[in-house]
Amino acid sequence: MAAAQASAFGTEAGRPGEHTWVHALVRWGCIATSLTFLLAVLLAPLATVFVMALSRGLAAYWHAFQDPDTLAAIRLTLITAAVVVPVNTIFGLSAAWAIAKFEFRGKSVLITLIDLPLAISPVISGMVFVLLFGLHGWFGLWLQAHNISIIFALPGIMLATMFVTFPYVARELIPLMQQLGNDEEEAAITLGAGGWMTFFRVTLPKVRWGLVYGMVLCNARAMGEFGAVSVVSGHIRGLTNTMPLHIEILYNEYNFVGAFAVASLLTLLAVLTLIVKTLVERTGYRRR
Amino acid sequence: MSFRQPSILPGFGLTLGFTTFFLSTIVLLPLAALVLAGTSMHWSDFVGTVFSARALGSYRLSFGASLLAATINLVFGFIIAWTLTRYDFPGRKLVDALIDMPFALPTAVSGIALTTVFAQNGWIGRYLEPLGIKVAYTWLGVTLALTLISMPFAVRAVQPALLEVQRELEEAAETLGAGRLTVFRRIILPIILPALLTGFTLAFARAVGEYGSVIFISGNLPMKTEITPLLIVIHLEQFDYQGAAALGLVMLAISFVVLLAINLLQAWGRREQVRVMR
Repeated sequence: MAAAQASAFGTEAGRPGEHTWVHALVRWGCIATSLTFLLAVLLAPLATVFVMALSRGLAAYWHAFQDPDTLAAIRLTLITAAVVVPVNTIFGLSAAWAIAKFEFRGKSVLITLIDLPLAISPVISGMVFVLLFGLHGWFGLWLQAHNISIIFALPGIMLATMFVTFPYVARELIPLMQQLGNDEEEAAITLGAGGWMTFFRVTLPKVRWGLVYGMVLCNARAMGEFGAVSVVSGHIRGLTNTMPLHIEILYNEYNFVGAFAVASLLTLLAVLTLIVKTLVERTGYRRR
Repeated sequence: MSFRQPSILPGFGLTLGFTTFFLSTIVLLPLAALVLAGTSMHWSDFVGTVFSARALGSYRLSFGASLLAATINLVFGFIIAWTLTRYDFPGRKLVDALIDMPFALPTAVSGIALTTVFAQNGWIGRYLEPLGIKVAYTWLGVTLALTLISMPFAVRAVQPALLEVQRELEEAAETLGAGRLTVFRRIILPIILPALLTGFTLAFARAVGEYGSVIFISGNLPMKTEITPLLIVIHLEQFDYQGAAALGLVMLAISFVVLLAINLLQAWGRREQVRVMR
């Protein structure tokens, strides 16, 4: 993509009308409008996070992380992501293998269904699990009789997170593997390699950047999800509060330093995600 | 035609089986529960919930603000995409990477940060206050939050289409005497129109369902600044599962319509591309 853009700029240099004042006006007008818009809606809020987090000084900032409830929220978020991301990665690899390597009926329906969670409001993504496992839900009484809690507990949080991040790895890998084709895999099989060996030695190295890309985006969404988790969590401090939910509680208690301190961690995570994403794109990987 | 075409590659049964099983348990079964819970309601209860004054007020805000946000992004998304593909300026690559920030940034963080910036004493809010413009805790704030979180969809939809516009065509038109506006209207716009509309629809779809960033800045007054997803949460908190499911079904139906529109637009875009390339 960088190469394509460079050549686009290259051809522009010699264009007639390039140096007229109208052109310059449009050019600088566009750049100024874009930057102002981004500054107002993007950079100002980002800067606010750090300014507010450090508004009482570094000591108060560090102190915010001494709170056991905050630490519990961080731990819960990490545990959830540590379970959800690998599970969705295995699903993504499996879905991509089935869809990209074989021709079968109903394939386009399957692809649409995998993308479904992206089109659904996070609140609905959480609600469906409340309808299933909540006290008044389908399995509510049975679960209560067997003393199993899913809603307002860790399993519910994981299920809701899994639902919203479900398509992330699959939708990177499916188009990538479709484009790369089956020739090398078929050659490996013909030469006597087993299925797993072909997968690990041939397919996985080919799609590794797409895999990293999908996993990083999946992780960012898993750690940052608010709506779906908010519905199923029950907001029990120190127990079922993930980082985004804990931000809400601290903010509503006017503990701004605490709220923005936790928010600053998630912002750093977002920045890290963008850096990895940009690095992956530098390898020549392009989203399809 | 048999179910699948023959292939020497192994693992079809295993991967397809796992994929459909996992898809069914995590996504399809829960969604079926929603559909059943919503449709098992008595018809009059369903209508009463879905068309209650409070629900209608929430649709007005959710759809109105989402449409407005998608329109703002149609304009600014195009300008940003145009700037990033056509002009080189210091920091262009950084700006290009930053566009995806709202994808990566958790919505709760966007919510509290925007509220702080646009509150009466915030960095930007304090300059709007004397002008009589209140952003935080009004519908304007809701629109602003929705604009922020749906912006990448608009930019990223238009960017590849703009890269595909053939500069030779523009130059040919210019040498034949076409002005800048004519070139834009007759050459560029027809090529990027499907992408613009796709971006608009994607941005709208994301905005309608958004919850996290909005609830902080909206103030959440019933009938005034209460979005539909929040009303669903309120129903759930009162253990009114059926009411919540009814509203959820309405939103789900709209998601399907939007999804269908996106697919049709993308199919149109591909046809249009083929037509232009000829």
